[in-house]
Amino acid sequence: MCMRQAKLLGACVAFNEMKDDTGAVREPYEGYAQWFDGYASADLRRKAREAETFFRRTGITFNVYGASEADERLIPFDLVPRIISAREWARLERGIEQRVRAINAFLHDLYHKQEIIRAGRIPLSLIENNDAFLPQMIGVEPPGGVYTHVVGTDLVRTGENEFFVLEDNARTPSGVSYMIENRETMLRMFPELFSRIPVHPVGDYPTNLRRALTRSAPAACHGRPTVAVLTPGVHNSAYFEHAFLADQMGAELVEGHDLRVVDGRVAMRTTQGFTPIDVIYRRVDDDFLDPLNFRPDSMLGVPGIMDIYRAGGITIANAPGTGVADDKAVYSYMPEIVEFYTGKPPILQNVPTWRCSEPDGLAYVLDHLGELVVKEVHGSGGYGMLVGPAASKAEIAAFRKKLTARPANYIAQPTLALSTVPVLARSGLAPRHVDLRPFVLVSPDRIDITPGGLTRVAMKKGSLVVNSSQGGGTKDTWILEDR
Amino acid sequence: MMLGRTACGLYWMFRQLERSENTARLVEAGFRMALTRSVSASSEWDSVMTTAGCRDAYLDSHARFETDTAIDFLMRSKDNPASVLTLFANARQNARQVRTALTREVWEAVNEGWMTLRDALARPVRIAELPGLISTVRQQSALVRGMLYGTMLQDDIFNYARLGTFIERADNTARILDVKYYVLLPATSYVGSSLDNVQWETVLRSASADRSYHWLHGGDSKPSEIADFLILDRRMPRSLYYCCCEVVDNLAALARLYDVRKPSHDMAEEAQARLNRTTIDEIFEAGLHEFIADFLVRNNALGSQIETDYRFYE
Repeated sequence: MCMRQAKLLGACVAFNEMKDDTGAVREPYEGYAQWFDGYASADLRRKAREAETFFRRTGITFNVYGASEADERLIPFDLVPRIISAREWARLERGIEQRVRAINAFLHDLYHKQEIIRAGRIPLSLIENNDAFLPQMIGVEPPGGVYTHVVGTDLVRTGENEFFVLEDNARTPSGVSYMIENRETMLRMFPELFSRIPVHPVGDYPTNLRRALTRSAPAACHGRPTVAVLTPGVHNSAYFEHAFLADQMGAELVEGHDLRVVDGRVAMRTTQGFTPIDVIYRRVDDDFLDPLNFRPDSMLGVPGIMDIYRAGGITIANAPGTGVADDKAVYSYMPEIVEFYTGKPPILQNVPTWRCSEPDGLAYVLDHLGELVVKEVHGSGGYGMLVGPAASKAEIAAFRKKLTARPANYIAQPTLALSTVPVLARSGLAPRHVDLRPFVLVSPDRIDITPGGLTRVAMKKGSLVVNSSQGGGTKDTWILEDR
Repeated sequence: MMLGRTACGLYWMFRQLERSENTARLVEAGFRMALTRSVSASSEWDSVMTTAGCRDAYLDSHARFETDTAIDFLMRSKDNPASVLTLFANARQNARQVRTALTREVWEAVNEGWMTLRDALARPVRIAELPGLISTVRQQSALVRGMLYGTMLQDDIFNYARLGTFIERADNTARILDVKYYVLLPATSYVGSSLDNVQWETVLRSASADRSYHWLHGGDSKPSEIADFLILDRRMPRSLYYCCCEVVDNLAALARLYDVRKPSHDMAEEAQARLNRTTIDEIFEAGLHEFIADFLVRNNALGSQIETDYRFYE
């Protein structure tokens, strides 16, 4: 623990993915570095401006909550790809697949026999006090046995062979449209790169998503399943992605008020009347899904959809109640969960996590606030967290108050020395911290992991916060083909 | 199969685009009139505001009709729901809503059009820039139309887009006539005066019909012929009759596609038949103003019936 922890601390030098300590280019980047050296940086900067124009024109923007005037922003896109070797990827792939299998088995167990609790491997309190655990799902068999059709596993790297899972994102992970559009942009601007370097394509993700969804069609579906993407609407921060995926899959893009329950099915209002939907890829949270069963004030969902779901009339992807598998308190038990359901130790490690709900954990965290990252158990998007080394004394004092008032609401982790990949800065290439979100599709009979993912990059020097809502950018992610 | 909400978004996207272009054309015609000094600029802007349907909104925040403020209000005011910029922004917002029904080309044309106009209209309009701005509006709007024709499947998506365009265009042409009907009446005391000629020119210009009218009539302007041209001509793409025929055709295409007729089909065919059997003399005899007012009411009712028939709303 001590050795590893020391390496994780921000005080250490971060692992540079492109160059080693002697300044030599690492193997995965050799082809790219060669190409780059023959390219004038002025030309590259011109290409960067072209890319921005392209993103604006095609409307690849995200909405920022609370910002009214310029409410659509671009996520900064950096032209230098993040490159991962075939060998590195093969190990990640095995680790992610193992973890996603375990999560689905875990969810099935939680909503049925709860053997893992009876075996004493996780405490009952983890479920009992968890808002993301839905009693309405107890005993429900999701169509095809799949709970998490789509998972976005967040990984961070701290060394040559050191990857950690930071979050499992088993609810409604977003960002996959950027994975695809970033590649499109790179192909458009540097076609010659792709003829020199063998990179796995990522463009078949929408086809695979459609397949994962249709293979989990409900019993009530006869013939070709009708698929719809449910969006909270045009003002949602990820609306572009919802429209993009519906478009690419040939699915309908629906909002809650387009849907109602008709003759025991969930149906959408078309120009010719109501037509049943078989599979709904929902991008609204559990709470808002069904005003009759959950939040009564929700305008985003469909009254009664849960009853149709329980009766086998529709597939909801991801299934309601999957959030219980990815909250940060459950996360700290993932090594036990993986081992319990797969019978093997986890291939990918967790980041060491202190549970503030436990007295020892809380005491440690309060003593080390200045060096830890403290997160809300249910938080996301980089909101409401404390990055100890970057916080002022006043910020730490304020956070200490919140933490002592509701300790069970928080977990803490060491400040990771996230690996770096160069970005194109004014002065040339400059290292910036990155993370990685590969996308996983689960069908009843298989798990597909798209060879690629979303690399998020902190655009500010030294910053460890990569979230787009906090000014982070993205990169195209290359998985090299094994030749 | 199409969502009612999608049909609604398409229909309104194209109504708003059409109207935004027409408002720009009205500004152009009004500006020319104000320049000629043969009529008072203030009364000309008054009638332009009335035609554009935003006279009351203008007077809420302005005491007088002046060229600068009128142009600013009509082109870019955020307080004016009928300004060129507001309408274009709304059209783009509707396009975002129905993005899955549009080709990438159509979406990019409307998105780029909006970005161009947003930048071009970021500051108050200087008079010297007005002609350039107006032609930018026309070009951006023409790009969207061109992409619609060049890249979209000619299925129901296309029909809803066209229905929006022609319901709005019929409304706009009728409004121009309604505000200016008196200059077309044979009995006005101005007949033959130079003022009259200028006024007629404005009416034609507002409907982008000046060139085609002169081409057909060899520069010989007569009020009854101008009215005939804008109401009953079958070749003129902004005439009431032409718009009517387009609405009938697009509804007929929907009837074939869905294999069901709706009340709006009867209404549209009735309107077409009414125009078919009348002449401009009969219209003048019964009263041009009354005719136009009646047309506006019916056109409005037809629009609402289409919205109901195809389940635009819950």
